[in-house]
Parts: sequence; structure tokens; C-alpha cells
Amino acid sequence: MSDDTGSDDTGSDDTGSDGAKSSAAAELKKTFDIQPVLVPFLAIVLAVFIGGILIAAIGDNPFEAYWALLRGMWGSPDRIASSLARSAPFIGASLAVAFAFRAGLFNIGAEGQLLIGATATAWVGTWAMFGDTPGIILVPLLLVAGTVGGLIWGGIPGVLKARTGAHEVIVTIMLNNIAALYVRYLVSSQDPIILRDEGASVPRTASVPSGARLPKIVDIEPPLHSGIIIMIVLCFVVAFLVNKTPFGFEIRTVGTNPDAAKYAGMGVNRTIILVMALSGAFAGLAGSTEILGTSGFLSPGVFVAIGFDSIAIALLARANPYGIIPAAILWGSMLSGAGLMQQETGLSVDAVRIVQALVLLFVAADVIVRTVFRIKRGKLGAFETTNITSGWGGGT
Amino acid sequence: MKIEQRRTIGVLFGILGIVLVGAVAPNLDSASRAFTFEKPPQPATLSFTPSVLVIAIGIIFILTAVSTFAGPRAERWSKIALGTSAVLFLPLIVIIGLALSTSTSTNVIQLMVESLRLGTPIALGAMAGLWCERAGVVNIAIEGMMLASAGVGFTIYATMGDANQTSWLWISIGCAVLTGGLIAALHAVVSVSFRVDQIISGVVINLLAIGVTGFLRSELIVPSGSTSGVPTSNIALPLLSSLPVVGDQVFTNKPIFFSMFVVVTLSWFILWRTRFGLRIRSVGENPHAAETLGVNVIKMRYQAVIVGGLIAGLAGAWFSMESQGGFQDNMTNGAGFIALAALIFGKWRPSTAFLGAMLFGFTRALGSRLQILGVEVGDFEIPSELWQSLPFVVTIIVVAGAVGRAMPPAADGVPYEPSR
Amino acid sequence: MGEAGNVPVLQARGITKEFPGVIANEDVDFALNQGEIHCLLGENGAGKSTLMNVLFGLYQPTRGEILVRGQSVSFSSSADAIALGIGMVHQHFQLIPVFMVAENVVLGDEITNGPLLDMTTARARIVEIAERYGLDVDPDALVGDLSVGEQQRVELVKALFREAEILILDEPTAVLTPGEVDEFFEVVKSLVDKGKSIVFITHKLREVLAVADRITVLRNGRTVGSADPKESTAQTLANLMVGRDVTFEVDKKPAEVGRPRLEIHNLVVTDERGLVACDDVNLTVRAGEIYGVAGVQGNGQRELVEAVTGMRHPDSGTVQVDGVDITRANPREVFGLGVGHVPEDRNRHGLVGAFSIADNLVLNSYHRPPFRKGFVRQTAAIDQNATELIERYDVRTPGIDVAVSTLSGGNQQKVIIARELAGDDAVLIVAQPTRGLDVGSIEFIHSRIVEMRDNGAAVLLVSAELDEILSLSDRIGVLYRGKLAGEYDRADTDREQLGLVMAGGAGT
Repeated sequence: MSDDTGSDDTGSDDTGSDGAKSSAAAELKKTFDIQPVLVPFLAIVLAVFIGGILIAAIGDNPFEAYWALLRGMWGSPDRIASSLARSAPFIGASLAVAFAFRAGLFNIGAEGQLLIGATATAWVGTWAMFGDTPGIILVPLLLVAGTVGGLIWGGIPGVLKARTGAHEVIVTIMLNNIAALYVRYLVSSQDPIILRDEGASVPRTASVPSGARLPKIVDIEPPLHSGIIIMIVLCFVVAFLVNKTPFGFEIRTVGTNPDAAKYAGMGVNRTIILVMALSGAFAGLAGSTEILGTSGFLSPGVFVAIGFDSIAIALLARANPYGIIPAAILWGSMLSGAGLMQQETGLSVDAVRIVQALVLLFVAADVIVRTVFRIKRGKLGAFETTNITSGWGGGT
Repeated sequence: MKIEQRRTIGVLFGILGIVLVGAVAPNLDSASRAFTFEKPPQPATLSFTPSVLVIAIGIIFILTAVSTFAGPRAERWSKIALGTSAVLFLPLIVIIGLALSTSTSTNVIQLMVESLRLGTPIALGAMAGLWCERAGVVNIAIEGMMLASAGVGFTIYATMGDANQTSWLWISIGCAVLTGGLIAALHAVVSVSFRVDQIISGVVINLLAIGVTGFLRSELIVPSGSTSGVPTSNIALPLLSSLPVVGDQVFTNKPIFFSMFVVVTLSWFILWRTRFGLRIRSVGENPHAAETLGVNVIKMRYQAVIVGGLIAGLAGAWFSMESQGGFQDNMTNGAGFIALAALIFGKWRPSTAFLGAMLFGFTRALGSRLQILGVEVGDFEIPSELWQSLPFVVTIIVVAGAVGRAMPPAADGVPYEPSR
Repeated sequence: MGEAGNVPVLQARGITKEFPGVIANEDVDFALNQGEIHCLLGENGAGKSTLMNVLFGLYQPTRGEILVRGQSVSFSSSADAIALGIGMVHQHFQLIPVFMVAENVVLGDEITNGPLLDMTTARARIVEIAERYGLDVDPDALVGDLSVGEQQRVELVKALFREAEILILDEPTAVLTPGEVDEFFEVVKSLVDKGKSIVFITHKLREVLAVADRITVLRNGRTVGSADPKESTAQTLANLMVGRDVTFEVDKKPAEVGRPRLEIHNLVVTDERGLVACDDVNLTVRAGEIYGVAGVQGNGQRELVEAVTGMRHPDSGTVQVDGVDITRANPREVFGLGVGHVPEDRNRHGLVGAFSIADNLVLNSYHRPPFRKGFVRQTAAIDQNATELIERYDVRTPGIDVAVSTLSGGNQQKVIIARELAGDDAVLIVAQPTRGLDVGSIEFIHSRIVEMRDNGAAVLLVSAELDEILSLSDRIGVLYRGKLAGEYDRADTDREQLGLVMAGGAGT
């Protein structure tokens, strides 16, 4: 109504029974410690189970399939390295999503931001003036270039949201498509040549100087490179930023109650823009490390499908920067191991995708998991209290 | 729209007008071009000199700019001028594109029809969104519903009907529609009954759709051998298809295309003229108030969301069984989100959302038309990727420009807690 | 009154209603007789609304029986209650602003012609009801455009449209001027004359004594007895409500007024819709005084407070604190000058429910030392601050780390008060500080506000509760339609005069 004549709801009558509250608090403390990990874990169990039923339904043996999958994921040191290599870009992209999440923003554009970051790195790396620069200077420089690229591509939806209220879900998805199209053009175009490597037989950028590479940890194909270490360190940095700094406090306030944030004098619009830009920057950095850690050049289409996966991982980790690391590694490993599963059992890689989607469903609708396994609702974590759906922006 | 906004847009038009008159028109090839209205032979034509029209439009833009600064009495005129200029934008692009290309004419009726045709999934998607959001449930899973329906529908068509038997085609379309409804039911269960954040629920469904359809394609469609098939064929509407000029271009077309008009009209009628519709809308504005009057909010939301899903399913069927006969991974390519933008642009009303959908259809049609015409600026041929990105760019502009003024249903996106 | 051998038209027997962690009603008995006005009295949080929601079918009782005209009934939703002739007008109106009056009235009980809505017949019926009961409504108006009083009439027509014989009115006068309240009572009496039976929920003693035929008092979810209005006074009723002797007057020294600290000149503020909310407002608050802004909600109070605290920029005019111009300042700058703000909507603006008490207590100071050092938040200092404050302001909580949303309304407000009053404030802006709170909390908060004033702060008190304004203020201004319609010293005015000015009548 046009007038807000009251605040206390009929259901929350104040009867002054504070005694009842303290035993409730003790209850909560009990379930708190295992809750954040228990529910995602059980969600995985439930998803694997249902996935198994589906696999059986089309005539394959689920146990064989899962065993092949597991061996494909972590069955040998080389396979472990492969899984980690596959997971590396996921860490950065999903960290970007999780970070934006804490401010109540849904950044679906990690894919586009990652791509722009990678493109920026590939482009700057081929500038003539850097031809002789030693790797030790060039690598950080190129990483910065990628970060800036992602920062811009993430800043655009941030500014639009802050200034016009345009919902970032739509804008970031559109920007993903636009990025994919424009990068494809820039890299493939032969008349005129823009980024394309004239000597190459397939459309790709020229390689950055061979000295400008991230050191490899395990030399397989594709290599496990030190980019993963950068990403893991980034997770710790972000965790510190969100939980221990005043800026992080602002982010969390804006994500939980933007009205109170405004009252408290926090710059809500400024926070939105900064968070989206930083989020894009993280994704851009991830893209940059991929270029510098593997081939040194960009082929269009190589980063497809990182986007939605990163959202899934962020949700699985319940937007906790520490949780991103195991979640991303699990996710990437599953995709990596699916190849062996297909080889041995003939079951398509997409079966793994279905299990992943089911995991996500159960994590998001954790109520289902809790009902099945009869877990009581514990202390609400950051994930549950963040406010994403505030409508389409009109009228706030 | 506040006065500063109008003036800003006015200034933009003014600058554009000056650019058109001063820089664009003089550089256009002076040979005349033509709009045709029928397929050859003997097309009816309307010839013109592009530079003249461009100058004319440029002057109108400049006048519009002036009118926004003219003072309070001219306010009504300035609004009319802004609207006219916005509308003129579209033919302007066609004229310039034609002038810059090597072709001398282009069939505008066909362009219109293409716009309508390409706007079909967007309009249907927007209606799907309308039903959900008017009941208060945000649905960003329209994309996933479309994709899954397209996939499931074609899978059945390919495996059961060899992708060429008409009877199975219709059954498959029906299955696609049902798939949309089923997925919508899932969205409703998760977001209405379990009260999970509606956007999260939508994202999960989109992911599920990608996974499931990928699986269907590799496990069922490809092995069946019928990866491409026969889509729906044209229907000639009685009487109307005999009209001159438009008869065989507009009124002879495909079934889902025609159904779009039916769906839009029925949606308006049911939501605004029936008891059922009043209750649905009340649940999206103030569910608690509806509850105090005995309306079953949960049931209404389920019904609305499922209806939305069925419509989205029909849109999905358009992709794999009308526009072409086949299914590719991620073939919807953002249509679900563009449909949402059209809905927002249309302020959650069917008629204006339909216009928004047609606008996007037009940008798609224009894009491919200009690509065909081979537009060149100087020596530089404009790349196809630019044209393909046009709908996405327009979507961003629409969403950024339209939202501020638009009021969604008041309870849109707010999970509903029943009194106990 | 009724026939011989009265069976109550509506009766609650042993009703208990539990929510997780809270027992809202415990073993409550209540009976409404035919043709009477029965007031259900209790302080905020006593369980009155809960009981009525049970009787209206919105809540399911945990235990107990409901009887309508002697028959035991069970409601699965309010549709069942409506079918039996029970209608309820809620404290917060249950209306849809974008729908027309007619649509709001028929929703759920629509008149149809086949599948189509028949709004023509509906309109005619509404007009007929409006005339019969003397309620002036326009069926085609958009509810969002109506005044609060008009919206209330729509709610009544809604109930009467469904042929309600029993009407439950929940705090109906909270949004009316004193003059409108009198008009409202006329309507209520005429409804009773036409055979309706009415339950009137309120916590306002004066109204109870004015209209009640019978009174039932609830306290802490239990009935504590009935009272006969003819033999009761405000004092006896208040004591029954609270369970102890209640003092109405706040113990206040006379004001020791100093220099002006808050100066508002020619303030013009527009709201989101572009309408003028504050129209050329001038007022000054000096050190050591409480300036009360009286007026029914919706007359510009919200926009005034927002403009003064930096949450909204005025169109023209100036605001100064201790001589510093804060007209275009943001909330952080305003706070930095020593302005405390207790917001009207405590859950929306004042607190972040999911955050801990400790975090909420530094919500507007987290960015300054000692709560931060460089890039890092100093949790030790934050916790220390919280421990001290909850002690000083008597916040009942198991600890400083629990989420603020788990606290009762009164304790939540104390957290806000602790945060805003703790410093050496120059100016204190308090809006609806005791809305929805129990008497104990109200007394506590009032005494703290007076304490601030005695320490030299300039207090701007905005309240829709005229009693609160009268008991706390040293000077009073009345906002009506965005203008300051009258300004008085407390000693020079009284309830009647203020009531008149609040309704737009001329003061002296």
C-alpha cells in the first residue's frame, strides 16, 4: 500500500518469551558446523543415485559407467593432472560468479568476460613492441591486460544496472553472445586481417612470444600450468576481501538488504559497479592464465560452455570462495573423466552433464535433500540470505 | 519519461540527424533504389533516391531534437516527435543499407513477413513469460524450456517418425508442448512450493535443459540416422490467402506462426476479461490480499506457470520442427532471454510485448537481409557477425532504456508464504 | 441487542495458536454477541491479530474450537469464513493498488457471465451497497490513487459485498485523523443498527471507552478478563493490559533550550511519483528540546525525514545541522556530523536481519576507526562495542553473534536505538520509534529519547501516535498535505486542536 502503517507481522507477535530463544540458538549451533558441507555432499549422493537409474534405464550398467568415470577422473597421476588442468579455468570463472552473488548480483557473463580477457591477452601479447621483452615482465603485463579486458566487459552490465536498473542476467547473457561473435570475427577475419595469424591454417591469433608462458607443473596435453595456483590464491584473497574488509561488509550488506545499505550511507550503485567490474576482472584473469599457460594463442570457440558451468559451481559452493576450490575441481574432473567413461562403456559424455545438472538441482533446492535425508534447517548461511530476485529493477 | 531523459534522447536524435544530412547523405550513391512488394516477376515497386529520404529523415530528427527543448506547451508534440523518430529509425537502416549495397531493390513485404516469422519464438516466449510473471513468478528458464522442448520434440520425430512422417510430426509438436509444461511444473515445484529463489531455479533448469538435450542428441537423434527432417509445411488461410500482394506472402504461412497470433490474443482475453485471469493477476500483485479473499494462491501460480510452460514448449517446437527440421545443440541461442526483454519492453502487456517481439524479429530479419545485400562501406564489407549481433545489442538497449519506467507486477519474484 | 437465549454469533473456545518458538495465543476464550461492538484490547504483541486471523480462517489453531452461531466449524481457508458471513478488515489493507475499486471488491467472489467477468453488474451492486451503508466509493477509481480513508471504505465495502454479518476490524483507526475517527465510529454504529456484529481490535484506550459494548483484554497471548466499559477508566484498562500500574506521562524536566541545531528552510521535496510531498516546510529544532511532528501518515513525513537524513535530495530549500549545510549531503556525511536516525521501517532500513547484532551495531560506523584499520575490520573492537551497548540498552539476547532477525521487535528497536543514541549526537531524528512495540519497550525508548534531549541534543520526533507526540514533545508541528499547518508550544495546545489541524481544519 502507499502507506506503511506497521512493521510487526501478525505472525511474529512479541510475547517476550526470551527463554524460548536461547535453547533455539543452542540447537542452531549444533547443526551449523556440518550443514554447509553436508547438504552439498548429500546432493551429490542423491544425484549420482538418480543418474544411475537413468543410465540403467537406457540399458547401460551404472556401476561400470561410474567406475570408468572415477578412474577417468583420478585413476592415475596423469589423469589427476588432467582433471586439475581442466578445472583451472573453472575456478576463476566460478569465483567471479560467487563474488557477484554476495552482492546480490547474478553474473552469468563469466564466459564472455573470460573470453574478452583471453582475447586481450592474446592481442597485447602480439604487439611488436613486446617482441623482445623478457617473459618475467611480459607475463604479469599480459595477465593485467586480460584482467582489464574482463573488468571492462563486467563493468558494462554493472554500470547499466546501477544507472538504469537493467537486470544483469539479461545484459550479461547478451554480452556473452556478442563477445563470442565479435571475437570470432576478429580472430577469423582474413580481409582485413585483424587478429588472425596469417601463417596458421586454422583461424587463430598469433602466438605471444614463446618466453611469455606460465611455468608448467605437469607437461601433459593440455598442460597443468601454474595458472591454477594463481586461481587458488585468488580464492583466498577474495575470501579475505569479502569477510574481513570494510568493502566486503558493504558488499554483503548490499547483497542482503540494499535499503539498509542506503540508509547506512553505503554507496549502493558504486558497490554494484565495482563488484561487477571486479567479477569480470577475475574471469578475465582466468582467461588470461589459460592462454599463457597452454598454447599462447586463442582459437575461437575454445571456451564454450565454461559460462553456465561456472554458475553451477558457484551455486554448489554456496558462493563461498573457499568452497569454490573443491567444487570446481570436482566439476572439472567429472568432465575430464567422462572421456574414459565414453571410451569404455560407450555412454555419451552428456550423461555426466545430466548428473551435474541433477547435483545442481538438489543443491539449489536443498529442501529436497533435507527432506529426503531428514536434516533440520540449520543456521542460514550467506547463500540463503542473499537477495537476488529483486524483480527486474523497475520501481526500486 | 522525465524531461531530462527526453532531452538526452532528443539531443542524440539531433546529432544523428545532423550526421545524416551532412555526412551520410552526400556520400550515398545517387542511383535510385526501390522497395518492391511482391516476388518477381512484375513486382510492384516504389522507387526513391536514398539520399533524399535520408535528408528528409535527418531533418525530422533535428526537428525532434528542437521540440524537446521547446518548453512545456510543446510537450505533447515532442512526445509524438520522439515516437515518430523512433519508428523511422527502422526504415532508415533499410534505406541506408540498400544504398550502400550493390543491389537496387529489396522486397519490403517479405522483410515484414520475415520479421513476423522470426519474431514467432520471441512472441511466444514473451507470452510464456507473461503468464508466469503476471502470477508473480520470475521465469528465466524460458530458454531452457524452449530448448528442452525443441530437443524432446525432435527426438520423438526422428526416432519414431523418421523425421518425415506428418502424423508423427504433429505428435512430436504436441510432445514438445507437453515438455514445456512439465519443465514449468518443475520450476513451480522448486520455486513456489519449496520457495527457492526463482532466478536460481530458472538457472538450474536452463542447465538441466542443456545437459538433457545434449544427451538426447548424441544418444538418440544421431544414432537414429534422421538428423534432419521435414518441418511443418505452409497452410493457406481460406479467403485471406487470395488477397493480392499480401495473400500469398502473409496469409500463406506455417501453423505455429499462425498460432502465435492466437496465443497472444487469447492471453490478453483470458488474463484481462475472465475471472480466472483476474485471480492470476491478483496473485502476482498482492498474493496475501488474494489469500484473504479465499483465492488459492499456490494453485493459481502453478496453473499460470504451467500454461506459460506449454506456450514455451510451442516456441521450442518452432525451432526444431517449423523453422527447420532438425536439432542442434543450443539452437535457441538466447531467444528465451530476448523474449524476456520483449516482455519488459512491453510492460508486461500482451499487445506491447508482441510489438517488442516483432521489433526483435525485425532486427533479425534486417540483419540477414543486409547480409544478403552485401552492404559495404567504402571497401569494407560489413561482417556477418555484426548483423548477427544486432538482436543482442538491441536487447541490451531495450532493457536499459525500458526498465526504469516499467512496473512489473508488484509481487513478481517474491516467494509466497501462506498464512498457517 | 440480541434475542432471548443468546447464542454468541462468533465464539472462540480454548484457542491455542503456536508458531515455531512462540505461543501467540494460549487457551483463549472469546465470544461476540449479536448486534454488539466488542473491543479486543491488548498491547502490541498480545496476540489480538493472531486470534482474529484464526477466527477468519487464515491461521489454523493448534488447539481449540471455533463456533459460529453455536455450531462448531473448521476453516480450511478464509473462503470458508467468508461463506459463513465473517468479514475482516486487516490492519494493513489487503488491496491491490493497480486494480480498480470494483476489481478489488469482487476478487474471489466475482460476478461472471459465462467465463467473462461482468463488471457492470458488479459496479451496480457496489454503488448500491455504498449508498445503503453511507460509504462513499467510486468503483472505477484505481485503489492506488485513493487516500487512506477511502481505501478503508473500500475494505468495508469488500466485506459487505460478501454479505458479512460479522465484521472484524483490526486497528482501523491507526491511519485516521481524530476527525476521521469520529466519522468512522458513526459508520460503525450505523452498521450495528443494521444488524451487524463487530469485533474491534485496538490498543487505544480512548476509543475503547467511546464505542465498546463489551471489552475483552488479552495479555501475552492469554485472556486476562473482560471489562465493562461503563465501569472502566483508561487507567484500569491500561493496568489490565500490561499487568502492572502504568504511568502515562513521561517524567520530564522542563526543557533547557539552547541554540538552534537543526534548521530547515523552505524545504520542497517530491516523491517517487513526482508529486510534491513537502511543500515549503520551515522548522527549527534547538538543543535540549524535542520537536514533535504530528500528522497522519502520508502527509509528507517520510519524505521530510529522508530529506533531512540525506536519503533523498530536496528539490529546493536548505537543511543545516549546527550551521553546516547538509542539503545535498549523503547519509554518511550527515551521520558524520552527529545526526542519529531511527528509521520508520526498522526491518527495511534500520537493520540487516541476517547479520549479527554486533555487525548491525556498526552498520553506519564500520568504515571508521576503531572498527577498521586500513583494509581490515577490527573484530575485537566491534565485539567490544556490541557487548557494551547491549548491556547499556538492555537488549535481551543470548549473545552478540546471533542474527538480529531472531530478536523480538522491541529488542530489535533497542539495537537501533543503541546504535543511534550512543554517541554524542547533535541531532536525533526519530520516526515512529515505538510502532508495534510492547509497553515495556515503549517506556524504555521514551526515557532514552528524553535522556538525549536532556543532554543537549535536538530531537525531531515524527510520529502518527498523537499520544506519543503529546507526552514527549516540547514543541509540536502538524504536517498536513506537505505543509506545516500549525506550530505550537506543548503547553499551548491539546489533542482536540491538534486533531483538527491534522485533518486540515484551521488551528487558532
